[in-house]
This record gives sequence, C-alpha cells and structure tokens, in this order.
Amino acid sequence: MSAPVDVRITDTTLRDGSHAMGHRFTERQVRDTVGALARAGVRVIEVTHGDGLGGSSFNYGFSATDELRLIAAARESSGDAAIAALLLPGVGRVADMRAAAAAGAGVLRVATHCTEADIAIQHFGAARELGLETVGFLMLSHMTTPADLAAQARIMADAGCQCVYVVDSAGALVMDGVVARVTALREELGDDAQVGFHGHENLGLGVANSVVAQQAGARQVDGSTRGLGAGAGNAPTELLATVFDRMGVRTGLDPLALVHVAEDVVAPFIPRTPIPDRDAIMLGYAGAYSSFLEHAHRAAETYGVPAHEILLEVGRRGYVGGQEDMLIDIAVRLAATAEPVA
Amino acid sequence: MGDRVPAAIVGSGNIATDLLMKLRRDPLLDVRWMVGIDPASEGLARARAAGLRTTADGIDALLAGDELPELVFEATSAKAHAVNAPRFAHAGITAIDLTPAAIGPYVVPSVNLAAQLGRAANLNMVTCGGQATIPMVAAVSRVTPVPYAEIVASIASRSAGPGTRANIDELTDTTADAVARVGGAERGKAIIVLNPAEPAPLMRDTVYCAIDPDADANAIAASIAAMAEDVARYVPGYRLVAAPQFDAPRPGWDGRARVTILLEVEGRGDYFPPYAGNLDIMTAAAARVGHELAAARLGVAA
Repeated sequence: MSAPVDVRITDTTLRDGSHAMGHRFTERQVRDTVGALARAGVRVIEVTHGDGLGGSSFNYGFSATDELRLIAAARESSGDAAIAALLLPGVGRVADMRAAAAAGAGVLRVATHCTEADIAIQHFGAARELGLETVGFLMLSHMTTPADLAAQARIMADAGCQCVYVVDSAGALVMDGVVARVTALREELGDDAQVGFHGHENLGLGVANSVVAQQAGARQVDGSTRGLGAGAGNAPTELLATVFDRMGVRTGLDPLALVHVAEDVVAPFIPRTPIPDRDAIMLGYAGAYSSFLEHAHRAAETYGVPAHEILLEVGRRGYVGGQEDMLIDIAVRLAATAEPVA
Repeated sequence: MGDRVPAAIVGSGNIATDLLMKLRRDPLLDVRWMVGIDPASEGLARARAAGLRTTADGIDALLAGDELPELVFEATSAKAHAVNAPRFAHAGITAIDLTPAAIGPYVVPSVNLAAQLGRAANLNMVTCGGQATIPMVAAVSRVTPVPYAEIVASIASRSAGPGTRANIDELTDTTADAVARVGGAERGKAIIVLNPAEPAPLMRDTVYCAIDPDADANAIAASIAAMAEDVARYVPGYRLVAAPQFDAPRPGWDGRARVTILLEVEGRGDYFPPYAGNLDIMTAAAARVGHELAAARLGVAA
C-alpha cells in the first residue's frame, strides 16, 4: 500500500483539459499521460469529455475519440492508479456511468450547480451500487454562501457522496472565500465525507487557493498537468506537488517526475499553455464558467463581437454551467445592437 | 350538457391546478371532477371552491360514480398512471397523460395530434423540454433530412419540482427519444439545465439540427417561423428570440451543416408564475389535446 498522505491530488488534465484541446484527445496522448502520471505517484486520474460523460454534442463540442475508448486506454496504462469519470446530471445519465465503469472507471465524480445538489441523488446511489468511489462537485461555488454551500454538501453526502468539492469553476474565488467555504463544509460534514477543492487560474490564485483549502481541511485537491484546463487552466499538478513538498505537506507525488511529465509529455501535444489573458481574467472577474471561454471565442469570431463582452454579459445574466448555447444568444444580440462600422 | 365533453383531472398538485384554470376556459370541455389522495390537499380545496366534485379516495371513487368522464387528465406520477391507465381504458375513458409514464404514444399538438386523434385511448404529453423543442425539430425535418437533433432546455430552479429533480435521467431519455420519434430526427439528444438566478429566468430552449450543407436555408427558416406561430396558438408566450442561425460544417460534424434555433417560453401566468414556461407549456399542450379530442367527439371545428 502507498504511504499515508495529507492531501490526495486528483489529476484532471484529461478531463478539464479536454476544453482546451477542443475535446480532441487521442488514445495515444491518454496512454502516455496516464502512464507518466501514475509513475509519478498520482493515484486518481480523471478522463472524460470536458463536460462529463455524454458531453460530446453540438452544445459542448463533439469528441474526436469516444470517451469510453479513452477511459479504457487510460485504465490499461494506469497500473494501481484509479481512473475517474465526471458526470453532470442533465447531460450524462446512469447508463453512461455504467458504461464508464465497464470501461474501467473506478471513481465517479458527479457535478451540479452549487445550489442544485438534489438532482444528483439518483446518480450517487447508482454509483455506490456499482461499487464506485464517489466525489461530488458543487460547481461555481462562488455563487452561493458558505452556509448554503454546506447545506448542499450535506445533500450529496447523504446521497452517498464520499468527498464533496468546493469547485471554483469560474476561478472567481479569492483565498478568504475558499477558506470560508471549505471550513463550512468541514463543519457540516464532519466524518461523514471528505472535502475537496478544484481551482482555476483565472485570477492567478489556483495554487494559492488550493494551499489554503488544504490548510482549512480539504483532503482532496485537483490539479491539471501544465495547467491544461478550461479558462486560464487549473492549478498545475506539478506546481501543487512542488509547493506542498516545500511546505512539508504529504501528497505522495514526485515533484521532479511531474515537472518532466508536464514539460516532456503534455506540453508537446497541447495547442497552447493556458494563461490568464484578457478573456480568461474576465471569467474570474465576471464569475463566468471557465468552459465558456472557447465557446465565447467561437461566437466572437462568428458574429464579430468581442469575447470579453460576451463573458461580461454571461456574468450579468447569471448563466450557469451547461448553458453554452446562451453564448450564441448573447453574441447574436450584441451583433444586432453594435454600431455599424463605417 | 350534451354540447360539452365531461372531463376529470386526476392529481391535485400545482400542475393539476394550473391545468384546471386552462380547461375551465375551454367552451368544449366540462371539467367536473378532481381526484386526489390527500384530504388536506390545497388543490382539492381550490377545485371544490370552483364547483368541482372532488374526492381524496383516488380513482376508485371516480370510477364508482354514476357518471363517468369521457376524458381524464392525469397529473400524478408515472407510477400512479401505470396503475390507473388500464382501468381508464377498461372504462372506455381516454387518458391524457402528463406524467413520464409514456404508456400511450407521444403527442406534441402542433406536430402529430391530428394523426393521433381517434386512434389511441392514451396520449402521453412527453416532457416540458420535449413540448418546447420537438415542434422545431419537426419544422426542420419536414423540409430536409435531420440525421441528428440536440436540444438544450434551461429552466428556472424554482420551477423544477421534486419529481423533476429525482428523475432527471428519465426526463433526458424521454425527451431525446421523442425528439427522434416525433421530431423526425434519426437520432436525438437532450440536455437539461437548472438555473437558480433571481429574478427567475424564463424557460429557454435551444434546438440544434444537423443538416445537409446544401439544404435550403430559406425554406427551413420559413418552416420554423410557421411552426412557431402554430405553437403560439396554444402557448401564447412561445417565441423565437432570434432568426435561425446557420453554420457551415466544422471539424467533428461529419461534413454536416447546422441550424440553431433559439427559443423562449413565457408562461401565461395562470397558476404558475410567467417564468415557469416549462410548466405552462405542459398544461397548455395537454389542454390543447383535450380541446381537439372534444371537438372531434362533438363534431365541431376545433
């Protein structure tokens, strides 16, 4: 058995990174990445369409390779590490979960908007019946209060969720907000379930937020190799491993191995390393779902309107994860009201 | 009273109450009964105050009566309707099913009601997302083949009751199935999103259809506009929020182009608030089915 750890890092390069890849991961990329991560000590590696099982669609982008094939390839390369799959109720179904489990997924992560945990009850129940380890994702956690978030975490824990994550999908939380939420969940859940944190770098705080989350009692934290993920990307796995190592926090990861994985395995196949550029910062500023970034770029190009204005309007309208179609709606309206160029 | 068709509502919740308000405006329907199972139900009290005969003893009491309805609107649950449906059929009562039971064929009034009239004794109203989006899939598929259609239904969190929340898988599956079967797409997919924003947003629906790159965009757009008018005849708050958007093929689309239809459904504000267009469109569509069935029985023009 592996040595005890203070915090378990789940690598989501092959799920959250799917957004930055236009959902075009190949089996080869998955095998290479999973094998290298597992050898560097990563125990849980998430592999799914960016929007979860069944996410391959017009609305979110079609997968170039069926996610079940990617999960199977990952499992063949993962050794002792477990493969996780994400599911958003309303997009993915229990049937998709069964298929993912059959393909080799051992951890199921069920994501809902931060106020809608009860739509996941049937999925947690089914996952536990299948013998899967369960994780709950309360997305866009900045949009509700710590107390209300804790009440939603309770719904997930009672449904069979073993670890509830504070998910900063918009990369909009600053450190105090992370600590308040992780603390509220810890107090609510006690020993009933662990607490986790998933951060984005839209405001440059993904790593810092992960550190304060761990200090506030989070036992699971997400990272993405080379930061590959939606928006400005996730807290980089190799940075989390290095920073926690410097702090004496045990992760079971090998920082030196991971910096090589990032540089030599992942960097060569990604179109660009995500950074907090204008549009990505706008996600954090407006509180918009990070996956909207690529869709905003597409709509901006199609309709000749600025992507950052689309994202600011997303924040004003309060759209939630899954409403990628509304970016088209905003772009059409912005184009109709724009001053004609002389 | 021979000029109106006697009808009953089974169920006494919010859907039943909103439906009652719509049916009472129909000159061809005589809604005489509301059937519940809870004597303390507010819905039953409201129906009683409106002059209906009510019972909290379930459909046993209804079926034991001297007079029977010709039409029954079932607004309970899929499980309850599975038990009740054979008994209605045995009694010669036509059932309009607002639950996800789907015992009878799917009916979307603007698309296939005419074809179902007089055929089935049990008609299923699909889902709220289905009622909102299937007309648009059909509007495209009657002009050009649709190998794949995908719908996204966004509803206000406050309009999603416990039944919706506990059964979101069944809702997406049923909607996707009906998008194909009734909408005329070869394959269907459905996505449902709950949005808790305040003030509560109106129901929004987006319909994507894969089409041939050479399909006639003008004919498709005209068909969509005509269908939107057809639906608005029974759901006044149903509207296109923008012209259909046509996109040339992109990588991953198997060489197909795409039309995107952006919709909004504002409820009539009977019992449900206007934002709950998803609930309004179910009761409005069921009321429309009741109206057409009654017109056919009475031999009058609908």
